Amino acid sequence: MAEIAAPRRTIRGRGLGGRRHRPASYWLGRVVIYVLLLGLGLLFFLPFLWMISTSLKNDPQVYHVPPIWFPSPRLWSNYPEAMKQVPFGRFFINTLWYAVPSTVGTVLSCAIPAYGFARFRWRGRDLLFFICLATMMIPFQVQMIPLFITFKKLGWVNTYLPLVVPSFFGNAYSIFLLRQFFMSIPLELSDAARIDGCGEFMILWRIILPLSRAALAVVGLFQFMGAWNDYLGPLIYLNNMKKYPIALGLQQLRATYHAANQKLVWPYLMAASTVVIAPILILFFFTQRTFIEGITVTGIKG
Amino acid sequence: MTAAAAALANRQRREWALTFKGILFVSPWLLGFVFFTIYPVGASLYYSLTRYDVLRPPLFVGLENYTLLFTHDPMFSIVVKNTLYMVIVGVPTTLVVAFLLASLLNNDVVARPVFRTIFYIPSIVPAVATAMVWLWIYNTQWGMINSTLASLGLRIIPFLSDPALAKPSLIIIACWAQGGSIVIFLAALQDVPRTLYEAAYVDGANSVRRFWHITIPMCTPSILFVLITELIGTFQSFTLPWLLTEGGPNNATELYGLYLYRNAFRFFKMGYASALAWILFLVIVVFTLLIFRSSARWVYYGGQVD
Repeated sequence: MAEIAAPRRTIRGRGLGGRRHRPASYWLGRVVIYVLLLGLGLLFFLPFLWMISTSLKNDPQVYHVPPIWFPSPRLWSNYPEAMKQVPFGRFFINTLWYAVPSTVGTVLSCAIPAYGFARFRWRGRDLLFFICLATMMIPFQVQMIPLFITFKKLGWVNTYLPLVVPSFFGNAYSIFLLRQFFMSIPLELSDAARIDGCGEFMILWRIILPLSRAALAVVGLFQFMGAWNDYLGPLIYLNNMKKYPIALGLQQLRATYHAANQKLVWPYLMAASTVVIAPILILFFFTQRTFIEGITVTGIKG
Repeated sequence: MTAAAAALANRQRREWALTFKGILFVSPWLLGFVFFTIYPVGASLYYSLTRYDVLRPPLFVGLENYTLLFTHDPMFSIVVKNTLYMVIVGVPTTLVVAFLLASLLNNDVVARPVFRTIFYIPSIVPAVATAMVWLWIYNTQWGMINSTLASLGLRIIPFLSDPALAKPSLIIIACWAQGGSIVIFLAALQDVPRTLYEAAYVDGANSVRRFWHITIPMCTPSILFVLITELIGTFQSFTLPWLLTEGGPNNATELYGLYLYRNAFRFFKMGYASALAWILFLVIVVFTLLIFRSSARWVYYGGQVD
């Protein structure tokens, strides 16, 4: 991770023959690259523009051919109206109510095993780590049915427990990510602490964790976003609308129109989608660096 | 002699103490492994041999579910074909798109972080919101594409309502939401040593040959990683097709994950669904192992050679 966090060597100075005497084909290449980038960038951005522009439209603007990209007047009232169709405030609180504990659980329950896998040798360690990695191949669908039956017997259906409790027992992906990071911390630091009489847990707490804030943040962010975006989990375990997280809530908004046999009110649906996406985007913009580094680490070392 | 024995015993005791400590540290995962992996995987194997509707206790029926699936269920072969289509056509398509976009970003361009962000963001959008937005994009009358086509007097494209177009339409969305792979590929591309390109340049290799003989081989470790994670994910995909098409039109997007969910939580055929889940599990393991075995032939680990 350290070498990834470090500033990349500049590519500017690669110059085969310096910058002055570029052939015309070089400049042609540059133009093609920029045209492609701008075009594709716009293409990737269009769905968002379409969503936001629709969220501000009135009916005639929505059903206008050709499509209107920048509606005028803009109907900002679609947002509060959309939020009133189904209890979105409650959905937000519900989502946080299980996303936050499951994030805390994941960070704790992955950091400790990752330390055990990374920082000292013991019999059976490598075998267990291999098994841990192999569990990534098991599809969720295999565990889904027995877990549902067990949680139903425990009376946990329609509570957030099935979505929170398992996150306190580690997951292979995050353990792997943290292990890779912990292994990059010089072993001498631990040895020095051991000589000073520190136990392993103390070393984890006092030395490794403070040095690993970025990696812990990545694991926490992934888990939080995973919980925020999850649809199948809540779909299986929650069947009371009062308990719905936003993922089910947004679908609920669409379903209410279907149930009432009404045409979908696209501006409301797009306004609600914008509201669901916004927190994730804001979180992303504030944590971009950490985020990108996290994905990079798992990908390269994988 | 006794001193040596004592030292040996001492070392063994220390080793056991370390092992105990190791187990203690990994115990959160180990407990989770037992309760949330071993138990459910075993239980679903057992359920797959039963008829079970949750209300009454499971009834052992041997391999009945499996024989039913393979011989009496016309949906099974449809679902398998649809899923294989998504794996064999969809996964390579998204992979190539992601790799080309990453290569484009790898050029020395201004505002690279901005472009990277634009390409990355679709992948963190909650699947439900992605579904809503693309439903509206693909809308046959007023969606942004068809409404434009109509105004130009062209024929509209029934993206999600034509059985022949439904799966490709899902793949287009998957290409849009490729951000994670793009970032991984970009990082791999930036780690390709410049000297290799310079040497090839001196030898007179043009840019296509350099891309083919240097860039791609040097990136094969991350291609392998993305290929396997995408493959496992695609075999299990559920949310997007469920929300966009509910398996329609005419079962064209009834993927494995949808059919499994339907059997378990709509028809309450838990035993049948467990059999489906186990078949899926085995297929994923076989595909993953095959790719791993083949990887010795096409993945180049530069670090190990040096």
